[in-house]
Amino acid sequence: MNAVLELRDARKTYPGSPPVESIRGVSLAVRGGELAAVVGPSGSGKSTLLNLATGLDRPTSGSVRIAGEPIERLSDRRLAGLRAYRIGVVFQQFHLLPQLSALDNVATGLLYRGVPAGRRRADAAEALSRVGLAHRAHQRARTLSGGEQQRVAIARALVGRPPILFADEPTGNLDSANGAEVLGLLRRLNVEGTTIVVITHSDEVAGAARRKITLRDGLVAHDTGSTA
Amino acid sequence: MSLLPRLRVTDLLTVATVGLRTRPARAALSVLGVGIGIAALVAVLGITRSSQSDLLARIDRLGTNLLTVADGQGPGGEEQPLPATAAGGVSLTTGVLASAPTAELPGVTVRRTDRVPPAQSGGLAVRAADASLLAVLDGRLTHGTFLTEGTARFPVTVLGHTAAQRLGVEDLSGDPRVFVAGHWYTVIGVLAPLDLAPEVDRSALVGFAAAVRDFGHDGAASRIYVRARQDRTVEVATMLARAANPERPDEVAVSRPSDALTARLAVADSGTALFLGLGAVALLVGGVGIANMMVIAVLERRTEIGLRRALGAGRRHVAGQFLLESLLLGAAGGVTGALLGAAATYALAVQRGWQPLVPPSAVGLALAAACLVGAVAGLYPALRAARLTPTDALRTG
Repeated sequence: MNAVLELRDARKTYPGSPPVESIRGVSLAVRGGELAAVVGPSGSGKSTLLNLATGLDRPTSGSVRIAGEPIERLSDRRLAGLRAYRIGVVFQQFHLLPQLSALDNVATGLLYRGVPAGRRRADAAEALSRVGLAHRAHQRARTLSGGEQQRVAIARALVGRPPILFADEPTGNLDSANGAEVLGLLRRLNVEGTTIVVITHSDEVAGAARRKITLRDGLVAHDTGSTA
Repeated sequence: MSLLPRLRVTDLLTVATVGLRTRPARAALSVLGVGIGIAALVAVLGITRSSQSDLLARIDRLGTNLLTVADGQGPGGEEQPLPATAAGGVSLTTGVLASAPTAELPGVTVRRTDRVPPAQSGGLAVRAADASLLAVLDGRLTHGTFLTEGTARFPVTVLGHTAAQRLGVEDLSGDPRVFVAGHWYTVIGVLAPLDLAPEVDRSALVGFAAAVRDFGHDGAASRIYVRARQDRTVEVATMLARAANPERPDEVAVSRPSDALTARLAVADSGTALFLGLGAVALLVGGVGIANMMVIAVLERRTEIGLRRALGAGRRHVAGQFLLESLLLGAAGGVTGALLGAAATYALAVQRGWQPLVPPSAVGLALAAACLVGAVAGLYPALRAARLTPTDALRTG
């Protein structure tokens, strides 16, 4: 199977004095169906890797291909299109719109594809049942528990059925029970066929993944290797 | 194949109102700012238009074809009486429909009784007039009759509206008499107010024959009222001086009393410009208020902006969202202001007894101005929001 995500000697330097080289030549490929964990101490370049892999930022040099598209060559608008159609992201802080219902939050995942509202809501309802929250569909996001909010965020990332899903410290803001529940959900989704990359410094989360990529000082220190 | 992000217009509208729905009080205050400016503009235009239409209606009713020919000034500034032939000359001028001579009787006072000292004339004058005056002035009597050819010789008088009030003549019951410079005159009529001839309001009118007999008047007119053909009023006005005094036309004062009312229209216009300026300043301040609120909103909603970018929103979608939100605030201010302004116009017009008139063009312009102010106010915040990189926007704290 082709790589869904492929980095070749990707580097990212942030301007400053002296300039900070956050990742210094990372090469790796994630294939469809994988569940990979990117681990490493803080400052190792995890967040930068996530920004590049999710198309939120471009590499200073080297190449980052998402679903076959080299993002360093895409215009800002096409990069936004790539995020709308090809990438799902789950954040540590959930980033739900608190005044909207769970269903409307999930439907937002299709907003920038120009999908009509009725279709969006129908797909959102389906995604909510995949994460086991159909019964909370019409509750406002801010009234949900942390675990429920993160599951709504996962449903939002999934609703457009992107080829790859990124999760940035998905259990970082949750207690252990809710964390375990979210982790179980991610594993189940992977079993059902979703390609998932989790960025984490939690051993528990990393242990749930079949592949573990360790970053240190902006370089891949260890990679258990592709399993798919 | 690359796919481009898309946002439906209906969805843009929903997205643009998220901020307004989340913070209704703040939105309402911003709306109020613009609303006050728009209300001021609409009310100023509405009130001026209503009062002007009232003034125009009065001018129409009174007619702009009334002219007066009066004693003028000589080369040294001294008063020059009209020649005795003036009345005849004026009445023969082409374009003159009717004319009525009057003569102020200098030194002749009118008093309630002979016990009132002559110095207390109450600002009232005694004028000689003939029967034609009522028709030329288009006047009306509130009581009694006007002077006629028959009564002009007798010691009778018709009082102007103000004169009747000052002399305490409320009606003609009991045949009231007034004391005119040593002679008792019976009041036979009282005039309604005359907008175009306020000097007549303050006069006691007597017949020319009585004036000659009792007060030694020479019978010459000092002020002649003229009704000209409406379409030739201006032309007639230029000819009257020569007609009244062919030898010294520049010693005759010709005027058009309705000009005073027309001048009030111009005065009202210049006042309008001032208030419109103030309204525009208020609108501008309202716009700054919206801009301020939008800048704060962009700062507060950085994370939301980042999230939307992560979900695939392009810069244009983020800019559009904030620009439309700002424009909607301006438009809401416009609608609120137009309603407030119309209500103020209506209230004042009803209170003053005018026909309320809110010009639709003013409302349309005000709404357009409000939308423009909203859009311009939103431009900078929208660009700031669009310029945020997704990673910066998502970096919290």
